[in-house]
Amino acid sequence: MNAPDTQTQNLASYNFAYLDEQTKRMIRRAILKGIAIPGYQVPFASREMPMPYGWGTGGVQVTAAIIGRDDVLKVIDQGADDTTNAVSIRAFFAKTAGVATTTSTPDASIIQTRHRIPETPLHAGQVLVYQVPIPEPLRFLEPRETETRKMHALEEYGLMHVKLYEDIARNGRIATTYAYPVKVEGRYVMDPSPTPKFDNPKMHQSEALQLFGAGREKRIYAIPPHTDVVSLDFEDHPFEIQHFDQPCALCGGEQVYLDEVVLDDHGGRMFVCSDTHHCESRRADGHRGALLGDEPGQDKEAMA
Amino acid sequence: MTMAPHSSTVYEGGFSDPVGASQAVFRALMNAIARPGSIHAVPHVTTPPAPLMASASALIATLADADTPVWLDPALTKTAAVRDWIVFHTGAPVTDQRSEASFALVAAPQNLSALNGFALGSQEFPDRSTSVILQVSTLTGGTRLTLEGPGIKGQSSLAPDPMPQHFAAQWMANRAVFPRGIDLILAAPGSVAAMPRSTRLIRSEA
Repeated sequence: MNAPDTQTQNLASYNFAYLDEQTKRMIRRAILKGIAIPGYQVPFASREMPMPYGWGTGGVQVTAAIIGRDDVLKVIDQGADDTTNAVSIRAFFAKTAGVATTTSTPDASIIQTRHRIPETPLHAGQVLVYQVPIPEPLRFLEPRETETRKMHALEEYGLMHVKLYEDIARNGRIATTYAYPVKVEGRYVMDPSPTPKFDNPKMHQSEALQLFGAGREKRIYAIPPHTDVVSLDFEDHPFEIQHFDQPCALCGGEQVYLDEVVLDDHGGRMFVCSDTHHCESRRADGHRGALLGDEPGQDKEAMA
Repeated sequence: MTMAPHSSTVYEGGFSDPVGASQAVFRALMNAIARPGSIHAVPHVTTPPAPLMASASALIATLADADTPVWLDPALTKTAAVRDWIVFHTGAPVTDQRSEASFALVAAPQNLSALNGFALGSQEFPDRSTSVILQVSTLTGGTRLTLEGPGIKGQSSLAPDPMPQHFAAQWMANRAVFPRGIDLILAAPGSVAAMPRSTRLIRSEA
């Protein structure tokens, strides 16, 4: 799909993967510290990228620092390979690094993600790179960086439990549904980025290395493979993931995260897989959901 | 400054492909730190003056630059060649203060009496610590270390040699100050392994 090195051989072009080598070294050092201290947010000198903050500049910088010529890159945005953010970032690395890209989860060596973890279990050797908007899980409880840093230093996370308790007091249950705080290896409380809490169990003892990049907030953090990642909860209000009472309308998949799609203005709606690769590969295997249409030209009945 | 003429060993032997080589070396090291105890091949991409090992020099050339002071052990400072090679190829300042070093290069680990002189970081900024690169002749032929911790499924093991004296006690002390502490990188001929500060040493047996 992509001819490797056509870009990098051009003298007037960018360095491989856009970033200069000194920036890559700085980011690489931060990544190594992040892996050594799972869940700790390492400050780094985030660069301006040719896309605005909020479009995944943290994840892009992490990917640019680790990617090599032999890597195969997949980029997802809310589970989908075909949305603007995912397509743009995939094209960015195809152009600046000349790497091969894919939409297939098992075929990718690096998967950059905005707010989902693929449904297909990841395997050893894969790296999952998260785009993170607000890396500090305590930020909405305590706006001062000096204070949150001290709270992490002293392992003082009572405030977070108070927040979850207030959820219960108000709503009868923990109402946090995304960016649900986790404790990594029994030490640091970490923001898993705004993934739905449905994905939190996939972070626990994952086969893949997980790297998190927050460009605007200038933080990198990491979870090594086979690391304990526990969602915070209470004995009488244990952590639960979302459940859907119907399967995917296109592929019939169950136990997957579904997006709601509004069909008309009479309350019609359908629920479909958020992970497009998972949905497409299930349909290719012959699974059919209730609302899956036929290819044009196949066995059409006249709707007289 | 000495005016002694340098042999070509100082100016040569750096990366011939800085972009590709540093990325390949970094990925080997990243995987080694993400999976403590696992051994990863380091491509032969640098040719440093003795007694600096090719793999250790590739790591330092990948990681160090003007922002990261490097400390060298006495085995590496017997002649100026190693220091000059590092300064020329990375631009990193060489420091004789362990506590100032971002990276430490140790060619004779058996003579390293203590790990605690290096920067351990602070409780607020545990990342401001020294990464210590030990040159070892083997990762499989020495005293067997059994490891547990993040990145390890169950247990893993490593048998590096030579290692600092009383290493088990030193590593336990390092683990006790988590999240502060040093990260150990073990550079053997053609390969690398690592023990980040999160790694627990379960057993040490001959």
